[in-house]
Amino acid sequence: MAEPLILKTLTISAGVAPFVSVSLTAAPGEITTLMGPSGSGKSSILAAITGTLPDGLSATGDILLGTQNLSALPAWKRRIGILFQDDLLFPHLSVGGNLALGLAPGGTRSERRGRVEQALAEVGLEGFAARDPATLSGGQKARVALMRVLLSEPRALLLDEPFGSLDAELRSQIRSLVFNHAKARGLPTLLVTHDPQDAEAAGGPVISLR
Amino acid sequence: MRLAFTLAAALAAPQASLAANPADWLSVLSEARGQTVYWNAWGGSDATNAFIGWVGDRVEADYGVSLVHVKLSDTADAVSRVLAERAAGIDEGGAIDLIWINGANFAAMKSEGLLFGPFAENLPNWAFVDGEGKTVTTDFTVPTEGYESPWAMAQVVFMRDTADLPDAPGSAAEILDWATAHPGRFTYPQPPDFLGTTFLKQILVDLTNDALALAAAPESDAAYEAVTAPLWAYLDALTPHLWRSGRAYPATGPAQVQLIYDNEIDLAISFSPGEATAAISNGLLPDTVRTSVLAKGTIGNASFVAIPYNANAAAGAMVVADFLLSSEAQLRAQDPAILGYGTVLDMAKLPDADRAAFDALDLGIASLSPAELGTAQPEPHPDWMTRIAADWQRRYGAGL
Amino acid sequence: MTLSPSRLFFWLTVLLLGGPVLAGLIGVVAGALDHVPGLQTAMPAGDVWGAVWSWPGIGRSVTLSFWTGLLAALISLASATIIMAGWSGTRSFTRARQWLAPFLAVPHAAAAFGIAFLIAPSGWIARAISPWLTGWDRPPDLLILGDPLGLAMVLGLVVKELPFLLLMMIAALPQAKAAPSMAVVTALGYGCARGWLLAVFPAVYRQIRLPVYAVLAYSMSAVDAALILGPTTPPPIAIVILRWAADPDLSLRALASAGALVQLGLVLVALVLWRLGEIAVAQLGHSLAESGQRGSGRAAEIAAAKLAATSGIFLIAGLSALALWSVAGAWPFPAFLPETSSSRVWASHGARLVETGAATLFLAFAVVAVSLSLALGSLEAGPSRRFLTALIYLPLIVPQVTFLPGLQAALLTIGLGSGALPVGLMHLVFVLPYLLLVLADPFNALDPRYRTIAAGLGLSPARQFLRLRLPLLLAPIAGAVAVGMAVSIGQYLPTLLAGGGRVPTLTTEALALATGGDRRVIGAYGLAQAMAALAPFALALALPRIVWRNRRGMFHG
Repeated sequence: MAEPLILKTLTISAGVAPFVSVSLTAAPGEITTLMGPSGSGKSSILAAITGTLPDGLSATGDILLGTQNLSALPAWKRRIGILFQDDLLFPHLSVGGNLALGLAPGGTRSERRGRVEQALAEVGLEGFAARDPATLSGGQKARVALMRVLLSEPRALLLDEPFGSLDAELRSQIRSLVFNHAKARGLPTLLVTHDPQDAEAAGGPVISLR
Repeated sequence: MRLAFTLAAALAAPQASLAANPADWLSVLSEARGQTVYWNAWGGSDATNAFIGWVGDRVEADYGVSLVHVKLSDTADAVSRVLAERAAGIDEGGAIDLIWINGANFAAMKSEGLLFGPFAENLPNWAFVDGEGKTVTTDFTVPTEGYESPWAMAQVVFMRDTADLPDAPGSAAEILDWATAHPGRFTYPQPPDFLGTTFLKQILVDLTNDALALAAAPESDAAYEAVTAPLWAYLDALTPHLWRSGRAYPATGPAQVQLIYDNEIDLAISFSPGEATAAISNGLLPDTVRTSVLAKGTIGNASFVAIPYNANAAAGAMVVADFLLSSEAQLRAQDPAILGYGTVLDMAKLPDADRAAFDALDLGIASLSPAELGTAQPEPHPDWMTRIAADWQRRYGAGL
Repeated sequence: MTLSPSRLFFWLTVLLLGGPVLAGLIGVVAGALDHVPGLQTAMPAGDVWGAVWSWPGIGRSVTLSFWTGLLAALISLASATIIMAGWSGTRSFTRARQWLAPFLAVPHAAAAFGIAFLIAPSGWIARAISPWLTGWDRPPDLLILGDPLGLAMVLGLVVKELPFLLLMMIAALPQAKAAPSMAVVTALGYGCARGWLLAVFPAVYRQIRLPVYAVLAYSMSAVDAALILGPTTPPPIAIVILRWAADPDLSLRALASAGALVQLGLVLVALVLWRLGEIAVAQLGHSLAESGQRGSGRAAEIAAAKLAATSGIFLIAGLSALALWSVAGAWPFPAFLPETSSSRVWASHGARLVETGAATLFLAFAVVAVSLSLALGSLEAGPSRRFLTALIYLPLIVPQVTFLPGLQAALLTIGLGSGALPVGLMHLVFVLPYLLLVLADPFNALDPRYRTIAAGLGLSPARQFLRLRLPLLLAPIAGAVAVGMAVSIGQYLPTLLAGGGRVPTLTTEALALATGGDRRVIGAYGLAQAMAALAPFALALALPRIVWRNRRGMFHG
């Protein structure tokens, strides 16, 4: 059922000048790491995959999910989940509201509420649905952000230095939580980082950008 | 709700004016019923606004005409509007039905063919108007020819604060003497303000030895120079002693009234014999203010209403114009506690009861009786005013 | 490229802002070159221009407009800069800045009336020191209001333009990267104010250049402040044009059209001069920065606080004076407070005020609702290109007297002669630019990664807008609505011309009543006008606090 995420000579250009090019296959249930110094174009590659390249940048090459070419789809139809360094929970919604946002439409109100509660329970946050995200600790926020993206049932997961803002202890804890969930769901996962420890913990193929 | 009404009016297609025929008064009345008349009138006076509001209540009750007072800051706005409508080809269903108009604005609209009529002499209440004794068929010497209907008489008076100026100056020369002795205590509205140019005309009329020349347009440039020379000599002498040494002027009559209240000046011109009394009762003037006229008399004229050629509710507008000439409306307008405007009616033509009501009016503390006001002097021909206003601007309004 | 809904909004916005100004300009050129539309007797074109240039005092009028406009813009900009340099970033500034927008809301005419009563020889300041200090038992014969240099008028303009520029500068700070730049220059040992001027101001100025041009253009062509505070012998050119357009001698209307073009030319010349001045100042700034002189910012900080306080006090004291007059009975010179009180004005105007006030607010709200949809729609379309940004400013830079009469003619021709609809359209032309101005920065400042996350969650653009951007931007949108309503409420000439006088608003009533000179009535209407404009601001401040009372994250940053 899960399909690999394939980049075929994906090349990002600013104007006419190409500045990064990459080919890779991220297998389902495996965490593929993309390493490189800042400014090497890692984030632009992720933006090309999600379909949110800023004005002035353009991408050539193919982005495939199994056999489906994503390039022609608008961003919101690609179903590519992404986690950033900051939790980026929506401050105007409750914790439950944030989670419910990604749930596919359908189901009764109580069913949807049940799925949200269940997701919170999975990361040890039972009863947090009504809370204001601003009152959560850093670790709690990271876990909510993870469950939000997973509830939206993405077909692939992108991680943009997602552990950068956490202190060392929390970092390894959240890291293994995210990796375990991604693997358990059999998601093709692409991790962008400049931290070798992240790459090591991911345990998958590592691709270095110049 | 006014807004809801306005919206409805905006959405409804303009009803075509049925070319109301003033000669057939019954059909005018029936056409007027249900019409909305937009009366564009200067909105600067609480007293006038309240009076127009009362007129609205009365014509609604008696004739089913609903009257909306469009409050203008300048009558010229209404003239501009009709002009813009004609330019856009809106020859019927215009936005203005009735204008409070006078003098130069009337002359311009009449000569441009922007007015509906003639209608004034077809109004039923015209029968009571004093056509012989009062200047109601000419406006600044321009024959009205039925294109506007009078509703109030005005005459120049001088308001003074008796606390500072006990004795009324009886002539232009006495005003100059007093102003010279008391610098900074007198001014007049800046021409081309209506009242400001009226002051210039009043001084000219008082100084001139050739009153006949003023009745027609100046015969020649030389004649104009000769007749106006005393006026300029007078103003040259007066200006340095004016309020602010003549480097600034109040913009309007009301601004001038305020200066008396603030005790900045002690003497001011007015075109309404009842203004001082009304202003005292509204707290706009101290109760020490009294009015006076000049020994040789002062200029008088009438206030009029006119109907634009493309009025949407000409019939309703005529009904309002006629109501303004009724004894009831004229009596109320003359009551100094309400407006203090002089009536345009001929007492001799009125029924006894109405005449008695006029006689019983208490004119108030600062108003002169008709006898004290004396006979109004005629306005000079409008060409005098145009040239004098332009020359004033060149001599005193363009900087030192 | 397909035409998405937001693109459609964008082009509609362009059309609504550019169209009316162009239509109006065409009208006025026709008027000046050919003849006055609707007039049967025409003047040959050559005579029109001859008559304009030989009009008594025309040279002084032109010079006066030029000088007062430049001076007002210069003082406003300098004051705003000093306040920002000395004060921004401090805690008290953060608290003070939310009171800026309400100052912006006070209508020009109300502010001018208030100031007139403060500084006149018979005004509040003179009364405060009379007769015990001055010995004046009647007002001195001093030429303060309507002074030949137009300084009183400049004061009236500055008090209103300063809050606008401050608001624009604050909005520009994030894009100008003010905080990081300040951290660097402070570390280099520069005092706060000097550092701000050297490091931040150039970037901020680039952002607010167009608002500054709008202030310059407005100051050169303002009518309200000029009528109430300006000189009259002769008056500024805008007033001369107004007089021509209102003269019983209808042939003078051709002069008004020609005068409107003179006014436009004057504004353009001033803009060019200003641009040259910008270049010169930039050169000066470079050499100053290279000299490397350091200095303490203490003096600037004090100056900033004084400036802000003075202009705030003028406005507040002016409004207080209006409020006091509205309930005053006898209040002769030199009494500092009214001797007796009177409810006459509120009793006789109260019902009418409430009715007109409600209609005014309703109209403003309708205009703002439409403008807001257009503004948000075009902002959704993405950052616009430069010439389109400039287009926003067209209605703010081209003087009203230049294009309104032509625009009225255009509206009449297409059958929109009177009533609420054309008035609403006319207001839209002025409200929309302000909404775009106020909303552009918060909109662009929203973290773009929210968009990426939301797309990843499978939210369509419409749902992203409704569920995320709209609620996230509730506070700035509420603020923009308030600004927009204030702009709509303050419109005089557009309301009068488009409505055929049939759509009375607080402002049209206030200005008509103002010609009567009754300070009590002016006070009541000025106050009502200010209140009508301020009420939406109070709501705008309160609304996010109520809606997001349980969301702490909505109040950070």
